[in-house]
Amino acid sequence: MALDKATLLDWYRQMVLIREFEEACQHLYNEKRITGVYLHLASGHEAIYVGAVAAMRVGTDHIITAYRDHGIALALGMDAGRVMAEMMGKRDGVSGGKGGSMHLASAEHNFYGGYAIVGGHLPLATGLALACKYRGNDQFVISMIGDGATNNGYFHEALNMSGVDKLPNIWIIENNGYGMGTSVEKAAGNPILHERARGYGIEDYGRVDGQDVIAMYDAVSRAAKHAVEHGPVLIEAMTYRYRGHGVSDKQYDTRLKAELEEWKATKDPIEILKRHIAKEHGDVSAELDAIHQAQLKIVEESIQFADASPLPNTLEELFAHVYVD
Amino acid sequence: MAAKNLPMRDALRRALMEEMERDENVFVMGQEVGVWQGTHRVTQGFLEKFGERRVRDTPISEMAIAGAAVGAAMAGLRPVAEMMTINFAFLALDAMINHAAKIHYMFNGQFKVPAVFRAASGWGNQATATHSHTPEVIWAHFPGMYVATPATAGDAYGMLKTAIRNDNPILFSESIGLYPRPGQVPDDPDYMLPIGKADVKREGKHVTLVTYARGLEWCTAAAKELEKDGVQCEIVDMRWLRPLDTATVFESFKKTNRAVIVEESLPFYSFGSEIAAQIQEHCFDYMDAPVKRVSALDVPVPYSHDLELMCFPNAQKVVEAVKSIL
Ligand SMILES: Cc1ncc(C[n+]2csc(CCOP(=O)(O)OP(=O)(O)O)c2C)c(N)n1
Ligand SMILES: [Mg+2]
Repeated sequence: MALDKATLLDWYRQMVLIREFEEACQHLYNEKRITGVYLHLASGHEAIYVGAVAAMRVGTDHIITAYRDHGIALALGMDAGRVMAEMMGKRDGVSGGKGGSMHLASAEHNFYGGYAIVGGHLPLATGLALACKYRGNDQFVISMIGDGATNNGYFHEALNMSGVDKLPNIWIIENNGYGMGTSVEKAAGNPILHERARGYGIEDYGRVDGQDVIAMYDAVSRAAKHAVEHGPVLIEAMTYRYRGHGVSDKQYDTRLKAELEEWKATKDPIEILKRHIAKEHGDVSAELDAIHQAQLKIVEESIQFADASPLPNTLEELFAHVYVD
Repeated sequence: MAAKNLPMRDALRRALMEEMERDENVFVMGQEVGVWQGTHRVTQGFLEKFGERRVRDTPISEMAIAGAAVGAAMAGLRPVAEMMTINFAFLALDAMINHAAKIHYMFNGQFKVPAVFRAASGWGNQATATHSHTPEVIWAHFPGMYVATPATAGDAYGMLKTAIRNDNPILFSESIGLYPRPGQVPDDPDYMLPIGKADVKREGKHVTLVTYARGLEWCTAAAKELEKDGVQCEIVDMRWLRPLDTATVFESFKKTNRAVIVEESLPFYSFGSEIAAQIQEHCFDYMDAPVKRVSALDVPVPYSHDLELMCFPNAQKVVEAVKSIL
């Protein structure tokens, strides 16, 4: 697929932003400036988010995910400062400090949120797609799915209904090999997850290299056309998470160190994109470096913004939005 | 009786391990109970000791975990299903309410369901709206289901053994905040606490504090505070939400004539509502003041730490409630 240099550099920018943002989150958590038990970093998964979001019309098409949601928020172009403020539970956070890391959302970007009950958001994606078809528009819905989430009832019911009604859903399994400490092989009767598509009458796009942003963009772009014209598509994006399941679980990481090191050394999504850019466009290291520096600055500024934002602390704030007024 | 000082987490582990050693039919199943050593470390070392047959890691399939526990129990095994946290047990509610709690009755006693559903419950640490529930009363609502809510390490030890050996389905709720709390745990593998029996944790004559699980901590701290002013609180720890030992509550109330009900959970259609209704129905002639309730605020739990803390009870709120009815 021929892509111009500006596009590739922009994807590089987004992936570096996500990587550096997550590094900063880990650091801030260690310093107890981000608190709480749950913080699930997306490092290693960047190409999936950037490739998928590139294939959608942000603000027109729709996207929803689980708790590992920072990368999508940033790929969508949500303000890093407001995302960071949410991590810190601040008033200027994207969810007013009520949601935290696991519950980012932006109605403006048609990002319907991050959800913490495994699989719980999947039928919501079915419903979002139902609304598209109901209205007869040309919009589609991207839904991220953890490999572990493919094993609860929500997954089966949501995908089956989507298949029955031929809804414009793009179902993307982020297969990072594990749900917490349980490997796909131990959790799925048939560990080739994309083959489930057949059981639901969903178009099976097979496994896609989730570390290659171009492959992701290509698959999701084709899926978008298919979803709107014919019905749902399932993509199994192969990836790996660089950190523990969540920050508070990392001492219990049951994965093999060698496995992680191998992924980092040979399949890092940012390195893969860099190699591709060099091959197509020659030595652009000065440009890449400038982009990297600019992202570090954005992350730094996001922390300053979040630090400066006040903590919500009134009863009025606590009780706001329990119901629609 | 000889005893050891252990955190509640270790007391639970010991009870479960001893029951598995005692009875081949007892086994554990659930997410991350084996390789990961249990999300809350209760099954630490179990996989190594008992092997995969009896320590069964499952997919993220709550409906099937609970439902399979029901089936295995009907077939004569004694499953201890770990729901990880009680928030995830919502996904399994149907298997537990419509099946576990109904089967013995619906088939006129032909089958029994000796399954225990363990679940960590509670808020704290900014777990946010979907991960901060203490909804035990939902299970307690339904006849056919028992609900255990221990407040101390020793009680947890004796109650888990009772639960495992009992022939009825039991939700066994473990308060997350209490896992690290130490307490005296008897050195007796047959230490069993009677099902549905409350425990007077402190004697007093001026006011009865009725509570369970984590509420005991707030009540104990409040009682110490109030003692300075000469107020003597009696603390009734219910231990079980079903069967509910109202006799012990009434006995205490008839002595003190005042009650404050303290719970970690939401106030609407709650533990507090039930106890208050029972007191007015059965102890009307003994009432010297309205029955007060201290509970969480009637709102979902937000992430931001200060807001989260505002939602929940504490010892100070208990002290204020007591003072308001003296
Ligand atoms: C219904 C439910 N069950 C269990 C959990 C606890 N839990 C949180 S994340 C997780 C693992 C999910 O793994 P996967 O879907 O592969 O996503 P990943 O974390 O790898 O991105 C589990 C078991 C939960 N949040 N919700
Ligand atoms: Mg996974």
